[in-house]
Amino acid sequence: MNKPAPPADLQYDDVGPLYAARKKVYPQSVSGTFRRIKWGLMAVCLGIYYFLPFVRWNRGLGAPDQAVLIDFPNRRFYFFFIELWPQEVYYFTGLLIIAAVALFLMNAIGGRIWCGYLCPQTVWTDLFYAVERLIEGDRRERMKKDASADPMRLERISEIVLKHSIWLLIAWWTGGAWVLYFSDAPTLVKELVTFQAPMTAYIWIAMLTASTYLLAGFMREQVCTYMCPWPRIQAALTDEWALNVTYEYDRGEKRTSLKKAAELRAQGERVGDCIDCYQCVAVCPTGIDIRNGPQLECIQCGLCIDACDSVMTRIGRPTRLIGYDNDINIQRREAGKPPIYRVVRPRTIVYSSVIAVVGAIMLYALLTRSLLDVNVLHDRNPVAVKLSDGSIRNAYTVRLLNKRGFDRVIAIDVDGPVNATVHVVGVDSVTPDRPMIVVGRDQTAEFRVLVTAPADSNPEKSVPVRFHVTDVGLGEVASATDNFVSP
Amino acid sequence: MTDHREEIDSVSGTATTGHQWDDIKELNTPLPRWWVIAFYLSIIWAVGYWFVYPAWPLLTSNTTGFLGYSSRADVAVELANLDKIRGEKMVALGAASLADIEKDPGLLALARARGKTVFGDNCAPCHGSGAAGAKGYPNLNDDDWLWGGTLDQIMQTIQFGARSGHAKAHEGQMLAFGKDGVLKPDQIVAVANYVRALSGLSTRPGYEAAAGTKVFAENCVACHGDNGKGNPELGAPNLTDKIWLYGSDEAAVIESITNGRAGVMPAWEGRLDPVTIKAMAVYVHSLGGGK
Repeated sequence: MNKPAPPADLQYDDVGPLYAARKKVYPQSVSGTFRRIKWGLMAVCLGIYYFLPFVRWNRGLGAPDQAVLIDFPNRRFYFFFIELWPQEVYYFTGLLIIAAVALFLMNAIGGRIWCGYLCPQTVWTDLFYAVERLIEGDRRERMKKDASADPMRLERISEIVLKHSIWLLIAWWTGGAWVLYFSDAPTLVKELVTFQAPMTAYIWIAMLTASTYLLAGFMREQVCTYMCPWPRIQAALTDEWALNVTYEYDRGEKRTSLKKAAELRAQGERVGDCIDCYQCVAVCPTGIDIRNGPQLECIQCGLCIDACDSVMTRIGRPTRLIGYDNDINIQRREAGKPPIYRVVRPRTIVYSSVIAVVGAIMLYALLTRSLLDVNVLHDRNPVAVKLSDGSIRNAYTVRLLNKRGFDRVIAIDVDGPVNATVHVVGVDSVTPDRPMIVVGRDQTAEFRVLVTAPADSNPEKSVPVRFHVTDVGLGEVASATDNFVSP
Repeated sequence: MTDHREEIDSVSGTATTGHQWDDIKELNTPLPRWWVIAFYLSIIWAVGYWFVYPAWPLLTSNTTGFLGYSSRADVAVELANLDKIRGEKMVALGAASLADIEKDPGLLALARARGKTVFGDNCAPCHGSGAAGAKGYPNLNDDDWLWGGTLDQIMQTIQFGARSGHAKAHEGQMLAFGKDGVLKPDQIVAVANYVRALSGLSTRPGYEAAAGTKVFAENCVACHGDNGKGNPELGAPNLTDKIWLYGSDEAAVIESITNGRAGVMPAWEGRLDPVTIKAMAVYVHSLGGGK
């Protein structure tokens, strides 16, 4: 059967395949300012991550002495001097808002600072590349070894085995450190070594070992290019003033070889500083050419700046042919005007204000947060009970929260129906009008509280009733409101 | 003649199945090989399951599998564990006296939790899920008790019941004064109004207090007492309070006097274990009305 060709606008030949095979990246080692910053930040980030669980913080007898601990079984979160209960997770909402806006602020000031220096994917990939370089050699050697068609020698096999062993060791330590945040670290380490730790600990270590090994050892820049949503969001959030790692094409073009440039310069012609040495491409951990302009793949780690600077120094040209800059300044320089940098802009002011406001609210809430609290729940069935003398009784479940590290005596005052009396079931208080209850340290206690109003003293169907609780020793107070209902 | 050559779709480059509907041709896109392999492997896996786990129903039972696994055995193990965990606590509850349970916050919470559950299973059908009662079934939240509201009295009522047939059950009942011809209708009306007046309720026009007093003194004081305050020994209710088990209007009172009342509370001894009955007593007492 002969078919007519589809009309031109329905021919899909220009659409390539949706799948592109990965081109393996062999970043070359480099030294310079940004490389040093990255080493420093890596040491700080990994140092905090691996060693923080072992930091101790004395909270008194009976309380955990780990500085940072997420205690799921007892439903507590400890962070140095802060102890949070599950109902206070809103602090984490504040933290998340600050984290998000801080990310926006970094982006408005210096582009993908997070991606290039701080993101765990970057930090661990950088570490894994360092291991790879140490064992298999630098870029050219690794490329040669990978491309070699010769049968593998023992030396090469041992290299590969060694590399993966060290990778797995780092990955395992990464997973191991993670579980230490959820239990007393020294104890858990001992249990892990003697195979007495809970199965969940081993499972989590295994999962995080696998994810670290795969993401930092194999997927690497693909995580940033394909998996991570931030490059897309970042591109939509940025503006023309943000400083990004930029190839200054006004200075660099037209690219000429070193020899030819000298000849042309001697003839008085204008030539670009870029000598097309491809060092910026060789060091790039995502395998791109920064000279093509801003790209989604670029994590802005600044390593191409170091690479270019060292070349420029060697050939006696000014450094920072690649540097933190933006298009506005390139155009201004082309027009012969001095560059301008505007860190203070409406968006940076707004982001900073949001961080300051949320931070201030959190700090205020943290400093003034109540360490004594009360919740009241009215009986649903029956709502009200008529007693033999005609008086009305309502029952409430009262929960007292003692967030301090010692037992406390709490007095309950009820302010509601006229002439009402209060009784706490199971508590024979020496002060019948003002029941006193002992609530253990760092825990809640639930009581059944009966409020009785004399007959006909409350004509209303429902009157508000307020439960005031007072720490007799410290004078701390809290209160909760409910209703007193007549049948 | 049928064309047996494979037809290739020009746009996608994929072979078609040769089927055509409304000029739309179906592409022949086979399942990925890995998917097909996984599919066959899962079938083989399923066959393995038949032998390892209970699988096929037989006429009266089922194949048990090599592992001998049974979810019922799992339940039995879990229940045994529960009994073990609960056992120690229940022993503590059984050893403590009723009054001591109420004074110990831990035991009180345990007794209330246990009592609430068992109450929901056994008592709620008559007394209501919140123990608020209904007509003829006492409200256990209030302070009016037919057979007494102390911890011991409540426990006794739960254990043996009232008119339950148990040898130690509470006995005594409201007689059918009208049905049995002891009182005449006008006497019943008179005493009904007398009883209502005891609680301060209104009386019908033409009611003579003297007539009511006389009938009450001759027939009722034996159980309800001279002043009508009742007697928990006999389950005779207090007639002077604001709580009426069968209603306070004249018709309801006349009905009670005419036909009598004898509500039944079952005995729970033997149906619930002693510790549970103890927990029940504490729970009911703690609802608020306990004396």
